[in-house]
Amino acid sequence: MTIALFLQHLTNALSLGSLYALIAIGYTMVYGILRLINFAHGDIFMLGAYLAFYLVTLALLPWWVAFLVAIALTAMLGIGLERVAYRPLRDSPRISIMISAIGASFLIENLATVLFGGRPKGFVVPDIFSQVLHLGSVSVVSISVMIPIFTFAILALLLWIVHSTKVGMAMRAVSTDIDAARLQAIDVNRVVSFTFGLGSLLAAFGGILWSLKYPQLNPTMGIMPGLKCFIAAVLGGIGNIGGAVLGGFLLGFIEIMIIAFLPNLTGYRDAFAFVALILVLLLKPSGLLGKNQVEKV
Amino acid sequence: MKIAGKTLPILLVAAVALVAGCAKTSQSSGDVIKIGVFEPMTGANAAGGAMEVEGIKLANEMYPTVTVGGKEYKIELVIADNKSDKVEAATAAQRLVDKEKVSAILGSWGSSLSMAAGPIVLDAKVPAIGLSCTNPLVTLGNDYYFRVCFIDPFQGTVMANYAYNVAGARTAVIVQEVSNDYSVGLAKFFTDNFKKLTGNDACILSVLNYNTNDQDFTAQLTTIKSLNPDVIFAPGNYTESALVMKQARELGINAPFLGGDTWETPEFIDVGKKLVEGATFSTFFAVEGATSGMSKTFVDAYKAKYSKEPAAVIALGFDGYLLAIDAIKRADSLDTVKIRDALAATKGFEGAAGSITLDANGDANKSAFIKTVKDGKFTYLTVVNP
Repeated sequence: MTIALFLQHLTNALSLGSLYALIAIGYTMVYGILRLINFAHGDIFMLGAYLAFYLVTLALLPWWVAFLVAIALTAMLGIGLERVAYRPLRDSPRISIMISAIGASFLIENLATVLFGGRPKGFVVPDIFSQVLHLGSVSVVSISVMIPIFTFAILALLLWIVHSTKVGMAMRAVSTDIDAARLQAIDVNRVVSFTFGLGSLLAAFGGILWSLKYPQLNPTMGIMPGLKCFIAAVLGGIGNIGGAVLGGFLLGFIEIMIIAFLPNLTGYRDAFAFVALILVLLLKPSGLLGKNQVEKV
Repeated sequence: MKIAGKTLPILLVAAVALVAGCAKTSQSSGDVIKIGVFEPMTGANAAGGAMEVEGIKLANEMYPTVTVGGKEYKIELVIADNKSDKVEAATAAQRLVDKEKVSAILGSWGSSLSMAAGPIVLDAKVPAIGLSCTNPLVTLGNDYYFRVCFIDPFQGTVMANYAYNVAGARTAVIVQEVSNDYSVGLAKFFTDNFKKLTGNDACILSVLNYNTNDQDFTAQLTTIKSLNPDVIFAPGNYTESALVMKQARELGINAPFLGGDTWETPEFIDVGKKLVEGATFSTFFAVEGATSGMSKTFVDAYKAKYSKEPAAVIALGFDGYLLAIDAIKRADSLDTVKIRDALAATKGFEGAAGSITLDANGDANKSAFIKTVKDGKFTYLTVVNP
């Protein structure tokens, strides 16, 4: 393998990994605050992409307005989902709320199939995102350069929100002990809604960026990215925002390099992601950057 | 807010119940013959399924009845969604033969899905007519599976000839959807013929795999870039193929892309936009050749209803339905074994996409039409006779 070829593979890996990282951040943040694995995250991701698509094609909004409106609407949908599917179960055993999340995921997928139809749709990609840049022998699409920038910007923004703002302090308090937080006059419902809004906003943002890179929409498009990013989040240490980014990049890197160096195993690409998940759960369940802590259930 | 918290879930459950309730309950009155439509309506192959159903429904509207034993029966279509999934496909086919008791089955788009239904129709002795599933194994050794299209050994020859003679290619790379029997089969027949034509066993520089529903192909394509082939043969599902081409062009690969019949869906162009320009593939039917008889009847009816030109698989859906009612008429019986025998004896049946004579395996021997994407449209190039 020549240096040029390797650099191209590396670029591909960075671009795929940063996309995984971006979506994994949303996953891990909701888990970090609420100890809830939101299995509907991938479906919210799908809704965000579809909303953006319809706002551009039906409401004929300029793309950047459509994208912002879609992200805002999806955040509201996420808050609504928490009200309906998770809040009534907050004091129930954790398994109930997880099953509710799986149910919500199926419900959203099937409603989307009824509403949007099963046939895939081609996403509208503004020219600015589809320019091909040549850096020496390496070719890369502009969207692939933007995604890592967005990922790190969002990582910085989230770390700032969680660690340096009042609502972030409340989020950390709720995460540590929900009852003690309530005793400190923290409005737990508002904090949880805010967390879900933020998580869904990130999912929608990820969905739109994903569709700009792979411009194909269908009602089940969120399943695989959802699972992969869940793996990325666990790999890095679920609940740890920096860990999610690390996990995302690692997963992208593993996937691309396996195809690059072992092309005969390409058919098992997804299997490798799951094998990685199993290995992490067996060897270091808290993930690469996670802290070992006794889970109280 | 307390009320909202309690009533909203109930409302949602009610909404789901409504959606589920919409599934049509079939009544079995005496003068109805049921024909099962076994197609992917959701999932990766949904567009293919939807187009074939369009053709079947158009034919059903034009010819809604069949006379058996002097009595007129109304044809009822029972659509079973196989969800583009081999496991779901078996369940859907089982439902059609067990619960719906259909007299014949049409479909499915996607050879793998048809193959999943094969043992079930054979067991139940219900004849099935594949519309555009081209893998030879669909009908081979199965007395109850037929089809109204050509098969991949022919399609592979056609595309290998095109690559060698028209595109002037001497080397090729194969990109195949490894979980799809159609893609792997067609790639193999292309490879065999291309090797024969070039007389060079090393003319296939590499075979690269991907899975259905994959979205990122940059790793495979980067390998191709360094091999610099004359053509890339990439049969596979339409959206994946469109993404393969898009990402190839973005990586600076300029070799022409050749493929098979599955590419002819609006989604292929919709997803790939201008980056799928020049994609060339073989298919079953072209409006340009439809100047007389049933072809003209079909094209006129389709244009009148949808005000656009029909894709090839829509014509095959139309033909499959007509062949099914023709076989029922010839059998003059509702017995599925007799309908099967009538189907097997099909000779010179005039369909929208050419004349159908079924051979010993139940395959039709038909011409292939080569089309290419030009200015965002599928454009007819030439026809190749078997």
